[in-house]
Amino acid sequence: MKHRTFFWFILPTLSAMILFIALPIVSVFLQSLFVQHEQVLVVSESCGPFGCKESTKVDLEATEKLREEAPMGQYNGLGTYINRSHLAFAEVGNAWGSTTTFGEFWDQVFDLPFYNALIFTLTYTAIVTPLVLVLGLAIAIGVNGLPKLMKGPSIFVSLLPFLVTPLVGSLILFWMVDGDGVIGATIQLIFDDPNLSLKASTALTWTMLIVYGVWHTLPFSFITFYAGLQTVPSDTLEAAQIDGASKWQRTIFVVVPHLMPLVSFVTLMLLMDNFRVFEPIVSFSAEAHARSLSWIIYNDLRESGNPLYGSAGATSMLTIIGVVILLTPVLIRTWRDFNRKAH
Amino acid sequence: MATQLETRMTPVKAISFALVGLWLLIAAFPFLWTFWGSFKVQADFFSKADWTNALWGTNTTEETGGAFTGAGYHGAWITEEFWQNVINSGIVVFFTVIISLTFGTLGGYALARSGFRYAFWLLMAALVFRAMPHITLVSGYLLPFFEWNIWGHLPTTIIVLVAINQPFTLWMLHSFFLNIPKDMDESAMVDGCTRFQAFRHVIVPVMWPGVITTGLFSFLLAYNDFAVTAMLLSEENETIIPAINSFLGTTQVEGKVMYAVAAVVSATAPLFVLILFFQRQIVSGMTAGAVKG
Repeated sequence: MKHRTFFWFILPTLSAMILFIALPIVSVFLQSLFVQHEQVLVVSESCGPFGCKESTKVDLEATEKLREEAPMGQYNGLGTYINRSHLAFAEVGNAWGSTTTFGEFWDQVFDLPFYNALIFTLTYTAIVTPLVLVLGLAIAIGVNGLPKLMKGPSIFVSLLPFLVTPLVGSLILFWMVDGDGVIGATIQLIFDDPNLSLKASTALTWTMLIVYGVWHTLPFSFITFYAGLQTVPSDTLEAAQIDGASKWQRTIFVVVPHLMPLVSFVTLMLLMDNFRVFEPIVSFSAEAHARSLSWIIYNDLRESGNPLYGSAGATSMLTIIGVVILLTPVLIRTWRDFNRKAH
Repeated sequence: MATQLETRMTPVKAISFALVGLWLLIAAFPFLWTFWGSFKVQADFFSKADWTNALWGTNTTEETGGAFTGAGYHGAWITEEFWQNVINSGIVVFFTVIISLTFGTLGGYALARSGFRYAFWLLMAALVFRAMPHITLVSGYLLPFFEWNIWGHLPTTIIVLVAINQPFTLWMLHSFFLNIPKDMDESAMVDGCTRFQAFRHVIVPVMWPGVITTGLFSFLLAYNDFAVTAMLLSEENETIIPAINSFLGTTQVEGKVMYAVAAVVSATAPLFVLILFFQRQIVSGMTAGAVKG
């Protein structure tokens, strides 16, 4: 294909991506360098019969004018990145100096908003991803052994939790585990504690979100592995059987190695999706105990009346850097494959 | 060939069937429960005293006279004007799918037929874009959109969703076009067609299976989106997902939670129908990227 033709074919999609993905990243970066204007304060002295009193008032007109002239706010350099709500170098340094044990240091860092969200996001990703991989493979092998008539319906049922809108799916689960819902009430009955609420403690909230995450993403790994199982060469399986391998051994030494390329694909997809965990926190109203990186950006932008664009921008940039770090191994591997194919 | 050894019930097999059974129960039960409960009153759906109330509708019978009530649906669709959000969603989803497929087929075809190095870099950039949480981009949109006075309108959201959709669409259609033999369009070009004519007359007639599969996923992305639609649409232009979320904020009053339950069931229904008709295409789409490796 000629460069010219290629250019015309790619133009619509490329311009959409440049205008609405690449440029916004630049805009996010620029925003993160600014902070919103301070309100313009006017100090006026009012003198009455009991002496003079100084009062401070917000000059709304001047503040509005300032905002109009420079909507981005005032230049702050990288200040937003290192303040308390983000990387918090000063606070982390303080905590390192003032605490004696690692546990105490950890507690203090955990209280900083950015690190708190980062820790939750990473924990969520690190627990959900392997769980979904293992359970997905187990269920795929199970369904593969089902009679033919039941395979279709079981795939149909499995697709529901995956395709349902994340916000809606987590709401459905939330209503069930709520104190008055069917699962929540049963749990209270089992533990004989009428005040037990899954929202009450950090550990329970995290567990609830992780259970949702597994429920929501399990079908993806299950169906991908199930499709992979259809391509396992039957010759190899039979050969292994003749050599005396048990069913379990055949699964571990023939089927699993055959599925390995799929495992890396599924892992990549799961990492990308789990890292952006956001909707369940809104649905479960779990923000008191669990905040993800996406959620704190959303919260900054929602700040009524005065959205914190600078703060949201800085968190967004840090999140994007996190995504790139997460993807680096994949990018390097694809680059090597591409070069091998090209030469 | 099924030998006797394979059809016999072993403990391992029993465990794996039990696991499948348990999973199917966990996957289906929440939907069945919520669907059934959406025709009850709040006292039954959130029945702390006795969960079987939700099954038989004890309080529903007391309050309304029948075991089933459509009050939640009436409240959501008519009192809260959920139908307006459904129309908005319909517009957004329809145009997002059509535009992203048009852009995506052209771009995906070009990427599949071009061996240049920059094609590879474009795909890599698309992969990184695909991995970015959507909310990070939204924080970049708000200020410029306010400045240009295009915040809150449906077309703005449509074009943003199209752009966010492009990386995925490109990857999927690119791998699909790689499977269509090069000889087809190249022989048409030997016969005197231009590249675009070859695309139009040779590729377009055979590309529909891949386009439909990709379209299903574009539909899901646009339909399920919360981050973009919640931040970029004004209240009267809200689509159904942010509308459900704002229901929750205003419906702490007794009985109004059932509006949200009814809206949630209404929002799930189209997805259910979609899976019913397109199960095969959805499964093939989910594994399309995987098979290519």
